[in-house]
Amino acid sequence: MNKINLLKPNKENLNLFLLTGTLFFALGILDFYLNNFLGKNITSFLPGFISFFTPLIFGMMGLYFIRIEFSGIKLLDKLNKNINTSNFNAALSVSIIILIIFSVVPILNWFILDANFVGETKEACTGDGACWVYIKVWLNRFIYGMYPNAEQWRVNATFIIVLAFGGLGYFIPLQFKKYLTLYYAILLPIISFLLIYYLISGGEFGLEWVETGAWGGLSLTFIVSFFSLIFCFPIGMLLALGRRSDLPIVRYSSLSFIEFWRGVPLITVLFMSAVMFPMFLPDGTYVDKLIRVIVAITLFEAAYTAEVIRGGLQALPRGQYDAAKSLGMGYWRLHLLVILPQALKLVIPGIANTFLALVKDTPLIFVVGLLELVGMLNLAKTNPKWLGFSMEGYVFAGIIFWIICYSMSRYSQNLELKYKTDR
Amino acid sequence: MKTKKILPQLLTLLFIVLIFGFFTMNAQENMDTRGIEFGFSFLKQEASFDIQFSLIDYDGSMSYARAYLVGLLNTLLVSFIGIILCTILGALVGIARLSPNYLIRKTATFYIEFFRNIPLLLQIFFWYFAALRALPMPEDAPLLLGSSFLTIKGLYTPAPVWNNLDIFMITLIIALILIFFFNKYAKKKQEEDGTQYPKFFISLAIFVLLPATTFLIGGVDLSFSFPVLKQLALTAFTFEGGMGIPPELIALTLALTLYTATFIAENVRAGIQGIGKGQKEAAASIGLTPSQVLKLVIMPQALRIIIPPTTNQYLNLTKNSSLAAAIAYPDLVLVFAGTAMMQTGRAIEIVAITMATYLTISLAISALMNWYNKRIAIQEK
Repeated sequence: MNKINLLKPNKENLNLFLLTGTLFFALGILDFYLNNFLGKNITSFLPGFISFFTPLIFGMMGLYFIRIEFSGIKLLDKLNKNINTSNFNAALSVSIIILIIFSVVPILNWFILDANFVGETKEACTGDGACWVYIKVWLNRFIYGMYPNAEQWRVNATFIIVLAFGGLGYFIPLQFKKYLTLYYAILLPIISFLLIYYLISGGEFGLEWVETGAWGGLSLTFIVSFFSLIFCFPIGMLLALGRRSDLPIVRYSSLSFIEFWRGVPLITVLFMSAVMFPMFLPDGTYVDKLIRVIVAITLFEAAYTAEVIRGGLQALPRGQYDAAKSLGMGYWRLHLLVILPQALKLVIPGIANTFLALVKDTPLIFVVGLLELVGMLNLAKTNPKWLGFSMEGYVFAGIIFWIICYSMSRYSQNLELKYKTDR
Repeated sequence: MKTKKILPQLLTLLFIVLIFGFFTMNAQENMDTRGIEFGFSFLKQEASFDIQFSLIDYDGSMSYARAYLVGLLNTLLVSFIGIILCTILGALVGIARLSPNYLIRKTATFYIEFFRNIPLLLQIFFWYFAALRALPMPEDAPLLLGSSFLTIKGLYTPAPVWNNLDIFMITLIIALILIFFFNKYAKKKQEEDGTQYPKFFISLAIFVLLPATTFLIGGVDLSFSFPVLKQLALTAFTFEGGMGIPPELIALTLALTLYTATFIAENVRAGIQGIGKGQKEAAASIGLTPSQVLKLVIMPQALRIIIPPTTNQYLNLTKNSSLAAAIAYPDLVLVFAGTAMMQTGRAIEIVAITMATYLTISLAISALMNWYNKRIAIQEK
C-alpha cells in the first residue's frame, strides 16, 4: 500500500480523486444554492468574508482534484482540456457556472414558473413572475397599431401577397433568370407600393380609408424597413459609383452627400423631416408623415450602403477594369456587367450589417409620432388599466427584434458562404 | 469625347442647384408669410427654461447659447464615459472570445449575439423604465461600499471637495508632458542600441507621484462630502450633499456601453486573429519572451487592425447618445432641438446648428483617424 498524497492528484488513485473532486464541486454548488435561494448559510461559522467565497473555494478545490492528465476517461480529459487547464481557468469556470445559476434560476422563475398565462384582465396576474396576459391582450395592438380591428385582414393579405411575390423568384424558370434583378429591383417595389397604397391605405374599391397615423406596431416596422431597404440600395450604389467617378463635380457632390448623412445622428434627420422639411415645400403642399420618414431613413442608410459598396469596388483588382475596357465596354456596361456583380459579392456581410442597423433604427420613428412596436409599448405602458407591466413589454419586443436580427445575420453568413468564389 | 465628360457634370450641377434653389425659395416664402426673419440673433435671448442636469452654471435667465452649451457638454459627458467603459468591456469580451476555456468563450459569444441584435432604443427604455424603476426609494436604499446610495432617483456618491485644484491640475498636465517626452526618449534609445526601459511602470510612477507631491508641499487638499438622507415631508425623502447622478445618465451609459462593447469586442477579436501564426513563431524564434512577443510584435500589429473600426464605433456611440432625448436626459438634441425649438419656433436655424455640431464632431474624429491611419500604415515598397 503506497501513501496517497492528497495534494498531488495522480492517475493511480484516479477513482479516489474523482470522487473527492466531484464531492467538493457539488458542495460548492450546494453552498451557493442554499445561500442564495433558500437563505441558509451552511458555512455561517466562518467569518463573513470567507463564507462569501466558500462556493468558489470548494469549486476550485474540486476542479483541482480532478485535473489528472491522460486519465483514460474520455469525458474527463475533454472536460479538463476545455474548462480546467490551470487554477486560473478553474476559478473562471467556477465563477461562470455560479453566475449562470445565479441568473438563470430567477429568470426562469420570472419567465415561466411564476408567470401568469391565462386570463383577460390585470387581476388575473397574481404571481410574482411575468404577466403574459398583458401581452396576450395587447398583442393585436402591438402588431397592427391603431389599425381598426375589422380591417386587419387587409394588412395580413398585403404581407402574404408581397411574400408570395418575393418567393416567386425561387421558382422562376432558368431562361428568365437574367431578369431576376430587374424583377426584384423595380417590379417588386412597384407591386408592393400599389398593394400598400390600395389595400392597407384603402379609400378605393369600397375599402375604408385608414390614415397612416393609425398604422403602427410590428407591421409598421416591416413596412418602413422594407421600403427603406429597397430604395437605399440603388441610391447607395449610384453614390458609390459617383464617389469613385473621374468627374470632379460628380465625385465631390457624392462625397459631401455621403459625409453629411454619415456625420449626423438619425434622430436629427428625423427631426429635420418632421419640422424643417415642411418649410422647404411650397405653402399648402402636404407630404404624408410616413413617406417623409421613409425618405429620411432611405437617404440616411443610402450613405452607409454607399461606403460599404465603395469598399467592394476598391477591393477589385485594376485588371478587371482594364480587361472590360479592352473589350470596348462603355462606363455603364463595364460596371453593370463586370464590376458590380463581383464587387457586390464581396460586400454581402457589410450590406447585411447596414440592413440590420436599419431594422434596429426603425423604433426611432417615434420622434415624428409614428408608433411602431416600441412606440406602441410605450403607449400601452401608460394605459391606466395596465400600469406596471413595462418589463413584460420590453422583454417581448426584445425577443421579437432579437429573432428578426439574429436570423438576418445568420442568413447573411450563409449567403456569404454560398457566393464565396475563389479568386 | 469632351462632351462625354462635361455633360454629366453639368447635369449633376443643374440638379443640385435646382433642388437647393427650390428649397430656399420655398423657405424664404414660408418665412415671409409667417413673418420670421432668418438669423441667429435669437441665441442671445433669454432661454427661460430649466435644465435638470448641467455641468456648468445654468438657470432660466441665461441665453439660448448657454443652454446649447449645457446640452453639448451633457452629450460630450455621456459619450466620454461611454467610450471609456465600452473600450474596457469590449477589450475584455474580445479577448474572452478567444479564450481556450469553453465556458468563457461561449459566455462572451452569448453576450455579443444577445446585445448586438436588440435595438439600442429598446435597451435604453428597458434600463430606464423597467430595470432602474425597480430600485428602492431613497429612504429604503442600502448603503453601497460604505458611502453611496443607489436609489430610484439616481446614484448618490461622495463628492470630492478640493482646495487649490488648479495647482493639482497643472502638475497633472506637467506629468503628462513628462511622460510624453520620456516615451519618446525610450523609443529612440531602443531604436539606437536596443535598451528597453519598463516604460509602463515609469510612466505610471510619474503620473502618480508627481501630482501626489502637491498634497505634501503644494497645499492641495482633498476631502469628501457624503450624501445624507434628509426628510422633506412625511413620506418624501431625498439626499443632500455628495454627488447625484441622475437615473437617465445611468440608463443611457449602461445601454450605450453594453451595446457598443459588442461591436468593439468583435473588432478586438478580429484584430488579434488577423495576426498570422507565423508572426508569433518568428518572434519566438529570435528569442523574445512571450510577454515581449505580445508587447512588441502582436499588439502593435493588432492595434493597426483594431483602431480604425473602433474609432468608427466611438463615433457611432457619440451619435447614438442623441437617443437620450427619448428618456429626457438633457443632451444637445433634447435641450436644443427639443425645448429651445418649441419655444422659439426657429426650426431651420436650430436643426442646422444641431446637425452642424454633430457633423463637426464626426469630421474632426474622422480627420484624426485618417491622420493616425497614415502614421501607422505599413510602408510598402
